[in-house]
Amino acid sequence: MGIAEAIVQGVLLGGLYAIFAAGLSLVFGVMRLVNIAHGDFIVLAAYIALMVVSLTGLHPFASLLIVVPLMALIGYGLQRFVLERTLGEDLLPPILVTFGCAVIIQNALSALFSTDAQRLSAGSIETDSLQVAGLSIGVLPLLTFAIAVAIIAALEFVFFRSRIGRAFRATSDDPETAQIVGVSTKHVFGLAMALSFGVMAIAAVLLAARSSFDPFSGPARLIYGFEAVIIGGLGNLWGTLAGGIVLGIAQTLGAQISPSFQILAGHLVFFVVLALKPRGLFPRMD
Amino acid sequence: MAEPLLSVKDLSSGYGDFQALFGVSLELQENAILGLVGANGAGKSTLFKAILGLLPRARDMVNFRGKPIGNVKTEDLSRLGIVMVPEGRKLFRSLSVEENLQLAAEYGRKGEWTPDRVFELFPILGQRRRQAATSLSGGQQQMVAIGRALVANPDVILFDEISLGLAPIVVNDVYAAMPQINASGISAIVVEQDVDRVRKLSHSLVCLNEGRVVLSGPSQDFTKAQLTAAYFGE
Amino acid sequence: MSKSALRVAIGLTVITAILAAAPWFAGRADLRLIGEIMSYMALAILWNLLAGYAGLVSVGQQAFVGLGGYCLFICVIWFDFPPLAAVPLAALVAGAAGAIFAPLLFRLEGAYFAVGTWVAAETVALIFAAIPSLGAGAGMSLPTAAVKAIASSRELREWTVYWLLLAIGMGVLGGVYLLIRSKAGLALMALRDNPTAAGSLGVDIWWTRFWTYLGVAAATGAVGSVIFLQKLRISPDAGFSLNDWTAIVIFMVVIGGIGRIEGAIVGTLIYFLLRELLVDYGTIYLIVLGLAGILVMMFSRSGLWGIVERRLGWSLLPTRRLRE
Repeated sequence: MGIAEAIVQGVLLGGLYAIFAAGLSLVFGVMRLVNIAHGDFIVLAAYIALMVVSLTGLHPFASLLIVVPLMALIGYGLQRFVLERTLGEDLLPPILVTFGCAVIIQNALSALFSTDAQRLSAGSIETDSLQVAGLSIGVLPLLTFAIAVAIIAALEFVFFRSRIGRAFRATSDDPETAQIVGVSTKHVFGLAMALSFGVMAIAAVLLAARSSFDPFSGPARLIYGFEAVIIGGLGNLWGTLAGGIVLGIAQTLGAQISPSFQILAGHLVFFVVLALKPRGLFPRMD
Repeated sequence: MAEPLLSVKDLSSGYGDFQALFGVSLELQENAILGLVGANGAGKSTLFKAILGLLPRARDMVNFRGKPIGNVKTEDLSRLGIVMVPEGRKLFRSLSVEENLQLAAEYGRKGEWTPDRVFELFPILGQRRRQAATSLSGGQQQMVAIGRALVANPDVILFDEISLGLAPIVVNDVYAAMPQINASGISAIVVEQDVDRVRKLSHSLVCLNEGRVVLSGPSQDFTKAQLTAAYFGE
Repeated sequence: MSKSALRVAIGLTVITAILAAAPWFAGRADLRLIGEIMSYMALAILWNLLAGYAGLVSVGQQAFVGLGGYCLFICVIWFDFPPLAAVPLAALVAGAAGAIFAPLLFRLEGAYFAVGTWVAAETVALIFAAIPSLGAGAGMSLPTAAVKAIASSRELREWTVYWLLLAIGMGVLGGVYLLIRSKAGLALMALRDNPTAAGSLGVDIWWTRFWTYLGVAAATGAVGSVIFLQKLRISPDAGFSLNDWTAIVIFMVVIGGIGRIEGAIVGTLIYFLLRELLVDYGTIYLIVLGLAGILVMMFSRSGLWGIVERRLGWSLLPTRRLRE
């Protein structure tokens, strides 16, 4: 594989990372909460999709009609019944609670499904590719990237143009005054988490159609999403997409040097950005 | 006298172990302005927070249109018809002027007050509607805060220290809107340091001292001197 | 020395002395268990210092455990160091790694710091996995000659490692206790109770956190080196295991009671009790730990020791100055 092809692949991979990152970023933006189990919930969603597909025979993409609402419901419930009690001045409880969720999901999934690698079969789209200017571009990665752009555009619209987006921002600014104005901040937090979980479900199906996964695949997804957020700059969703692309390119170029260097190259770029531009490559102007 | 619109009965509340209000009672009549005066720490803001449920209160301590509302959640009060213009304005800094109003309109009641009507009342806000709310001057921010209360089309607005930190001339502008607001059928409880201003503005007065009501009655019954004495707890 | 400090000193000395004599009355399996408890107690007390006092919630302490372990193996295999002499060097290397990571990770806002420490640990693990002369992903074993250098007989070797674990466990306990009671400890307590106020009172938050992070990294490295001296074998997966060296430790502290030294100790003991009870149920005990941690965070943040303290007014390791 040539350098040009590696870069194109990296860009497209970045789209997937941006989807991992979008939900993480949204929740942090609204309630300053980092869901350590973000990646594990993505893996949970992948297993749910697997079950839906094997029970109904639906195409994996069609299974999203069930998996997205189901995950959104889980997210809303998690926020209202568990995380809500832990939000406050102290950062520790929500981190530790989501960390606990991560450990529980990993071990529960391996008890239920064994630690064997699983995969969602999406049919011929997995291997189809287009020839553009002498480069071979996979249809699935291209579709993933297009979905990433669509998700980020949609989230931007929701956040900056819609009624619930205004409530998100107001609650993030000043929860007490938001309540006086009539916003139920607990419900708003629940909705933010539901939205984040819905996006996770999409990420899960795209991930599972692209590569195999097992109960312990979650932490790496959290880390890639997190790196995309920090590289791109906090509070800027398009920046997060750019961050994902930078990370994706770093990984595919790293893999060119040596397969064992793929992930490491991404981490190193993350630390270089942190050292040189601690607010990320595209910090929000304000 | 007719049944009061909003009444507070024997309300005690505070922050954690610290009790700040001791059996406070007051009544706000329909279409009236009630002035609430008292020195710093007398419990005025605490009273507002307790009415709104931001501090503990019991079910029967607050009544609205004859019904106890002491167990209603803060966020449901704006749809019931009670809103506050908080001390320090507390505009949402991530929202533009227009969005601040839009948000409150969407989560409040529908009625004659809309963001556009607020822009008629305060034309300067119309010109700056797209600006970040916190980029405005103090007086303009106060107008947004008042507008944010109005667009919920409330029956009652609790005004907390709306002149605090504003230049006197700006304060006049802000208070100039008060008769218009009252004329549209909105009642108000006004917390204000300027005792003389509030005496002229309001129909009745309540003076708090160290968490207790020390004086209450129709505004015209009190002289400035009487009020000042009560204010200082003499 | 105040009366309470004297009582603690006497208590710890007596316990240490009894445990030090354990090889003469306890079996091999018991020694191994006590040794393991000691290493986990040290890790728990250190993580508690980091998260419970300095407000640095790290999920990447496995970086320093693995680094300490690898450092010992490298010193012994490449440079013919006596294994015991490699322990302080492991602390030095882990501390240096902490000093490199801290300025970068401290730039991450709030809870993102936690994920950052995780990335740091993954990075270190990947680097070690990529070095062929360290056995890459498969890892390496201590050569027989080096093992013999610890002590001549197997029995004496096991005793030596046991004493080392005991020394490090009790050393960390005593050291952290003294630290908390010192002037620097006052800054840490202020930081724990109210970071904003601590800052305005003149506590330099950044440097206090930096030195805490560095010190904990070094001590964690030392613990790691002894853990792997006992295991005689290291690999990236074992050395940098999130589950073994951080996740379990976090749950110990949370369940026992975060922000209190006693909490870390109680949590360690509860964990080993739970593990012995649930040993037949595979990964269930991890699920139970996770659930217990979540419940504690939701309903009683100061953990089991917090409940004991409130209900009974006990304090085994008094750090308060007011009543003295």
